[in-house]
Amino acid sequence: MSNNAFVPEQPLVKGNHNFSSITALISDIVEKPTPIGWYIAFGISNILLFVLLGSIGYLVWEGTGIWGLNNPVGWGWAIINFVWWVGIGHAGTLISAILFLFRQDWRTAINRFAEAMTIFAVICALVFPGIHVGRIWVAYYMFPIPNQMGMWPNFNSPLLWDVFAVSTYFTVSLLFWFVGLVPDFATLRDRVKSKIGRIIYGVFALGWRGANKQWQNYEKAYMILAGLATPLVLSVHTIVSFDFAVSIVPGWHTTIFPPYFVAGAVFSGFAMVLTLMIIARKIYGLSDIMTDDHIEKMNLVLMSTGSMVGFAYIMEFFIAWYGGVEYEKFAFINRATGSYAWAYWTMMTCNVISPQLFWVKKFRRNVTLTFILSIVVNIGMWFERFVITVTSLANDYLPSAWDYYSPTIFDISTYIGTFGLFFTFFLLFLRFMPMVAIAEIKMILPQANPHYYEEHQNDGHKQEVTETVKH
Amino acid sequence: MANTLFGLLAEYEHPAALLRAAEKVRDAGYQKFDTYSPFPVHGMDDAMGLKPSKLGWIVFIHGLLGLTGALAMITFMAYFDYQVNISGKPYLNWPAFVPVTFELTVLLSAFGAVFGMFFLNGLPRHNHPLFNSEKFLRATDDKFFLCIESEDTLFAEEKAQKILTECGAIHIEKIYDND
Repeated sequence: MSNNAFVPEQPLVKGNHNFSSITALISDIVEKPTPIGWYIAFGISNILLFVLLGSIGYLVWEGTGIWGLNNPVGWGWAIINFVWWVGIGHAGTLISAILFLFRQDWRTAINRFAEAMTIFAVICALVFPGIHVGRIWVAYYMFPIPNQMGMWPNFNSPLLWDVFAVSTYFTVSLLFWFVGLVPDFATLRDRVKSKIGRIIYGVFALGWRGANKQWQNYEKAYMILAGLATPLVLSVHTIVSFDFAVSIVPGWHTTIFPPYFVAGAVFSGFAMVLTLMIIARKIYGLSDIMTDDHIEKMNLVLMSTGSMVGFAYIMEFFIAWYGGVEYEKFAFINRATGSYAWAYWTMMTCNVISPQLFWVKKFRRNVTLTFILSIVVNIGMWFERFVITVTSLANDYLPSAWDYYSPTIFDISTYIGTFGLFFTFFLLFLRFMPMVAIAEIKMILPQANPHYYEEHQNDGHKQEVTETVKH
Repeated sequence: MANTLFGLLAEYEHPAALLRAAEKVRDAGYQKFDTYSPFPVHGMDDAMGLKPSKLGWIVFIHGLLGLTGALAMITFMAYFDYQVNISGKPYLNWPAFVPVTFELTVLLSAFGAVFGMFFLNGLPRHNHPLFNSEKFLRATDDKFFLCIESEDTLFAEEKAQKILTECGAIHIEKIYDND
């Protein structure tokens, strides 16, 4: 072996697929009868969804007093869950937009899936700012809508920026997702046997014909949307971090927050994509498309973003000492040794130590281990938001104002309930929509490249091709 | 119910054949023809002689609208209509206006990109003569088509049929517009 030897890139789609077998592989999931397991999962999700609706109903009736909030800790699980869900959503945009701009073709296997996750995660996130306002019937004060006071929202407030950022993010993600779905809806429209199915998919396909004059504008739109979604996703979590960083609470008022939040968001989002993907590819037999190579690549992302997050934790600590502000110093020592040390060390173990296992190639390619770690990472990322929110508020400046925060049953039921919301949507998506971008997968098959046929033709044809080139 | 001829639809085996056919049809001087494939074929825009998409301009104009609209809205609300003193900050607090302005610019640009794309593509559209063809159902699966439309000034049935066959069509059918 020479020094120039390189590791050849693995084929992106395994198992000798051609265009029609790809179509069949993915559309069959939608066309075949619903598996029993789906009904069971959907039933459980629906029960949890009712838990959510019940918790919200009681909250609206009774007020935010049913939560564990107390005097110093005015922000509890609601904000933690909001940031957690929004963060999970970011991986979908990273995969669909940023990896697209970097021409990472392996993203096509998981982008549809991850974008769906984004949209449902953002819906779950949006529940919390919607309901935590207490008087939910005046939630429209958050938007610049004329009201009886003649007042407008405060454009100096990061919380208002957040309203704009997250709602823009949701809208753009939904549009991006839909644009990707249109050609695949057309595929289903042309395939499904039932009349109702044909009508419904036909409506959503908008009359797509796959004309090249359409593909030209389509590809342009896709590229522009990717270009828009990239700064958007970075801005959204930056603005989420401003909710904290623009305040003067010790432990929050730091400039490292925006990049650190974005890295954490990608970290938790990739973990969530892995969790869902490993289950889905097993159940629906999609291992040819979502290969072990994909899992390895995603584990590399987990490892690097996990290390970035770990770096940020340590850097925060260092700056608290180096900055010399005693309240800052106390806030960090208190995190590691105070009454919430259990949460801090859970966070450290799950987020910083566990992804380091992926330095070993054997672990990166181990599906079971990846599945377990992907859940561990999301537990860790939930605790990160808990540590940031609660420790800083519970013990800030004056010891006389300190208090210990613990959640009530309604905090827990609301959080558990959002899983019901998420999985209800996600299961409907798996059942009725193409869960892999069919057209995009075909594009990355070797047969999609016109040059493929020059290399694979018999000699007679080859001559013809070279002649045309000469002309 | 006049059944007018919409065009001639030729089917090709694979993307390379379609690409060569498009080049030939372009070189023969046809303007109103289009290729149909389950995914965008690399190099087809040049093979068909298409001009670059105008979508970029639509997005740019929408983005500009978002930018100026957001700034106009914020200055109207925070400065002209109802001033509120918030911890002594200036009423025209430009740095604080950046996030909302940015978000609205992106939002409007994205609207421009998506709805502009549908507009340029003539979508949504209820029906199309091509959907009368049984074979055409596989244009979204694994087959590749080229259609020369009868509206083209050069269009003559035999000549068009000849050129489509010459570049290796495996099936040719007439498409009628039956409404």
